[in-house]
Amino acid sequence: MRLSSGAFAASCIAIEVVGVAIFLRGFFPAPVRSSAPTEQRAETPAPEPAAGASSNWTKLPPPLFSKVVIVLIDALRDDFVFGSKGVKYMPYISYLIEKGSSHGFVAEAKPPTVTMPRIKALMTGSLPGFVDVVRNLNSPALLEDNVIRQAKSAGKRMIFYGDETWVKLFPKHFIEYDGTTSFFVSDYTEVDNNVTRHLDEVLKRGDWDMLILHYLGLDHIGHISGPHSPLIGRKLSEMDSILMKIHTSLLAKERETLSPSLLIVCGDHGMSETGSHGASSTEEVSTPLILISSAFERKPGDSRHPKRVQQTDLAATLAIGLGLPIPKDNVGSLLFPVIEEKPMREQLRFLHLNTVQLSKLLQENVPSYEKDPGFEQFKMAERLHGNWVKLHLEENHSDILVGLGTKVLRQYLSALKTLSLSLSTQVAQYDIYSMVVGTAVVLENAAHPSSGWSEVDLLLLLGTVGHVLSLGASSFVEEEHQTWYFLVNTLCLALSQETCRSYFLGDDCEPQHHFHVEQGCEGVLTHTLQDSTVCNNFKPNRAGKGPSLSEAHGGCKWWTVLASPWLVLACCRMLRSLNQTGVQGAHRPDFSHWLTSSEHKVQLSGLAALSLLVIFMLVQRGCSLVSKAALALGLLGVFCYRAAIGNVLFPWQPDNKGISKGIVEARFVYVFVLGILFTGTKALLKSQVIAADFKTKTVGLWEIYSGLVLLAALLLRPHNLPVLAFSLLIQMIMTKFIWKPLRHDAAEITVMHYWFGQAFFYFQGNSNNIATIDISAGFIGLDAYMEVPATFLTVFGTYVGPVLWASHLVHFLSSEASSGSALSRACFCYALICSVPVATYIILVTSLRYHLFIWSVFSPKLLYEGMHLLITAVLCAVFTATDQTGRTKS
Amino acid sequence: MKDTDIKRLLYTHLLCIFSIFLSTFIPSFFLDNFSILETHLTWLGICSVFVTAVNLMLYLVVKPNVSSKRSSLSHKVTRVLKCCIYFLMSCFLLHVVFVLYGAPLTELVLETFLFAVILSTYTTVPCLCLLGPNLRAWLRVFSRNGVTSIWENSLQITTISSFVGAWLGAFPIPLDWERPWQVWPISCTLGATFGYVAGLVISPLWIYRNRKQLTYKNN
Repeated sequence: MRLSSGAFAASCIAIEVVGVAIFLRGFFPAPVRSSAPTEQRAETPAPEPAAGASSNWTKLPPPLFSKVVIVLIDALRDDFVFGSKGVKYMPYISYLIEKGSSHGFVAEAKPPTVTMPRIKALMTGSLPGFVDVVRNLNSPALLEDNVIRQAKSAGKRMIFYGDETWVKLFPKHFIEYDGTTSFFVSDYTEVDNNVTRHLDEVLKRGDWDMLILHYLGLDHIGHISGPHSPLIGRKLSEMDSILMKIHTSLLAKERETLSPSLLIVCGDHGMSETGSHGASSTEEVSTPLILISSAFERKPGDSRHPKRVQQTDLAATLAIGLGLPIPKDNVGSLLFPVIEEKPMREQLRFLHLNTVQLSKLLQENVPSYEKDPGFEQFKMAERLHGNWVKLHLEENHSDILVGLGTKVLRQYLSALKTLSLSLSTQVAQYDIYSMVVGTAVVLENAAHPSSGWSEVDLLLLLGTVGHVLSLGASSFVEEEHQTWYFLVNTLCLALSQETCRSYFLGDDCEPQHHFHVEQGCEGVLTHTLQDSTVCNNFKPNRAGKGPSLSEAHGGCKWWTVLASPWLVLACCRMLRSLNQTGVQGAHRPDFSHWLTSSEHKVQLSGLAALSLLVIFMLVQRGCSLVSKAALALGLLGVFCYRAAIGNVLFPWQPDNKGISKGIVEARFVYVFVLGILFTGTKALLKSQVIAADFKTKTVGLWEIYSGLVLLAALLLRPHNLPVLAFSLLIQMIMTKFIWKPLRHDAAEITVMHYWFGQAFFYFQGNSNNIATIDISAGFIGLDAYMEVPATFLTVFGTYVGPVLWASHLVHFLSSEASSGSALSRACFCYALICSVPVATYIILVTSLRYHLFIWSVFSPKLLYEGMHLLITAVLCAVFTATDQTGRTKS
Repeated sequence: MKDTDIKRLLYTHLLCIFSIFLSTFIPSFFLDNFSILETHLTWLGICSVFVTAVNLMLYLVVKPNVSSKRSSLSHKVTRVLKCCIYFLMSCFLLHVVFVLYGAPLTELVLETFLFAVILSTYTTVPCLCLLGPNLRAWLRVFSRNGVTSIWENSLQITTISSFVGAWLGAFPIPLDWERPWQVWPISCTLGATFGYVAGLVISPLWIYRNRKQLTYKNN
């Protein structure tokens, strides 16, 4: 018995999903982690190595600094401090770097250069993998070992003022905090004043060990007006005066307590020439890191060219400075200049602690760690260190001791460097094995269905191939929406040409076309279009006086058929200007920004109401009476929900009283969505079991479709409701005037649906960037964060376009009773057309895995593709199920 | 079909290519700072005028179709006027198509319109010269198996290749190479020009290669 091709394709897609999952598992490496649970506190610090005689120094060394103040200035680029801007606007800091007791570095941040991963890197010393960004869209508490946690358990009192992210990452760690949100980017004075207002009091009080300040103003200015704005200079001067205040107050305190304190000035990431950040350009990854303390020796160094270090090095340095154990996942190495002035024994001790921690991490993550050069260097250094301690304990104060000490020191430093490097590259290494297996599975699968592919237009084929090839270029991935808009437009033009030709020229060679051209009186073209029914009715008298009658009948259709591709084109053009997406166009003003600004609320309400009305008009035509009522109430509920959360206004209630979360309204809509879906499924099952007439099945499918439309209307933001309305409109136009009269093949219709689905994915404002996912869709109607429904809703909200077009395809094909196998062929085609880009993309990504933009451009796209494939698999399963329903009936 | 016809076709096409060459070189003698990329609009205008002039000249000299015999003055004038109207209409239609394809609606209007003009020059002007303002003939030529002479066949090829060239010319726009020719509509106009030149070169060769298989109703 032969399996139907649709079922075959569905199973192939399912296998492919597994393949992609394996590939993704290999492609996104698990970050280097210590396997020991962080809760385990009993671990004793590594004792000082000693050859023979045991050392008496097993406890952690005492802290170097009594108080630490960290001033983190968001988006502080290195040239804002070390460049000409620094000299001009930050005179105090420049003076300290040049003359004072300080160490200045340029710390290199690893992409993604976004605040939260950077804070994690600074505090844990580890490199957050790309998956972390995806996993932590909700910024939950930081679970890995970090300096703040260590400080808390050591009983340090910490105070934090600034960006809320810290409070979320380290809940209950601070004895006092005040979080400011970075939500309103246009505000760059208030956010910083909210931090500074606490400063005087806190500095006077002095009942704390660690003070962290996170200033957001500079980043906001960068986002608004770029790094060359005059506002930047003013902000830098403000920061400079704040730093001066902190430093003088710290110096005053030091005179009382006689123990040195440390002031750290750093940036989390830089700023590109346009003022944004997130990628990996030099401007974005270079941040200053300045350590100021009276414990440091004053030495006139070359402050113009500070040493380049890694951002992760701060965690180890901070831990040593505060006398804490180094975080377990740290891959950074201690900043040596900080401990340079200490006695030799302490220096060696600190370096030893750092290398022991790094080598432990290496042991846990690399199976063949013993062959690692860093590990060998570490063993050698440890042995030398033991000898040195032995000599030292024997009170041997000779030159040999100093000479040996320097040698050990050098050995440790090079070991640290090698270890840190090999651990960092470990993160960037790929699990090639699982990548190969994944690719093989995906390919094997894509190769199979291609045998059954024959009759799709040249354009459809070329467009698909062209799109697949374009995925190799980073710009085309970033601007993929342009590809789809271009292809859809070209498709419309090609359809327009086809309608023109089949209308004007009759195309005798293609008898399946329904346009019959009659040439009446010689020289004058009288064209009549006849629907199949009309054609049958008028056949007997067609040759005689038929034309005049059928012309009157077909007259309107004639124009609508010719105009419909142009109407679709116009709709697409309007949608394109609704949401600007991609990288190059994202900053351009678009219609949705205009709508969402608060002074245009009335217009937005009007547009949303109109769109909902259009949606109702278009969807209700295929539903049963009960579903019609449910749909109307549901759409009304959608508007009420948007009004309740304050997005739109009621006409009879222009000033909304209070803004709620709209849970009641949203759940009201969910009830109707489930109800409609339930009736639809029931009708489908009924049509299968009791072999009811063909119509029941069509109505059932349409009801499922309308249930999905209702859900989409709820999840899409109000300014995107026109997208939904236009999508339904285009489906209606295409069905009525193009697909039915021109009698396209099932494969062609499938590819067209796929293209439109993809175009609508981007019309909605999505892009191949993780940042454009609308997470708020996952919280509609939920009190608190619940993972499963939130994920489902977010995914559905993101992939509304492809899902709705695919479900329309199912309904359309099964309503066309012409050929029984249409649906399974369509399923086949759909599976193929989705899997080919994924398979090719996986090969491309594998070959481009050392590309500069692999993390910023290609990886997010890979995740999108993987998700899309999963959805396709689900859709294909639905296709096959519907197909089976149809089969058992007939 | 004779080889002399194909030879004549080839010469006329070479003349057209030559006119495009001239339009890039001659203006630099008269205008300062003329270059295709920097003063693109000027070049578009000049190139359009040159190509139109050469096409008209060829139409008057070669007269590939000697069909319309009625040569009253009023008939001629209406014919010319009709041609002008057709040309303008094709410009506006193409402009609308470009906007639908995503060209900005309110900015760069002149650029978009001149692109429409140059593409019309490559496509509509030869059609008007060869077929006259006769939509039925156009539809016949651009449908399957509708061509009746090598002239029409070459017209079909050059027109389609111009459109395809313009279509392909849009591809590099989203790339981030930041070259001066990626600015709208330069890559598209250059694509259309290359497509037109390619069509002019290819069509005689293609007709020559397939001269055995090609049978036209009238020949």
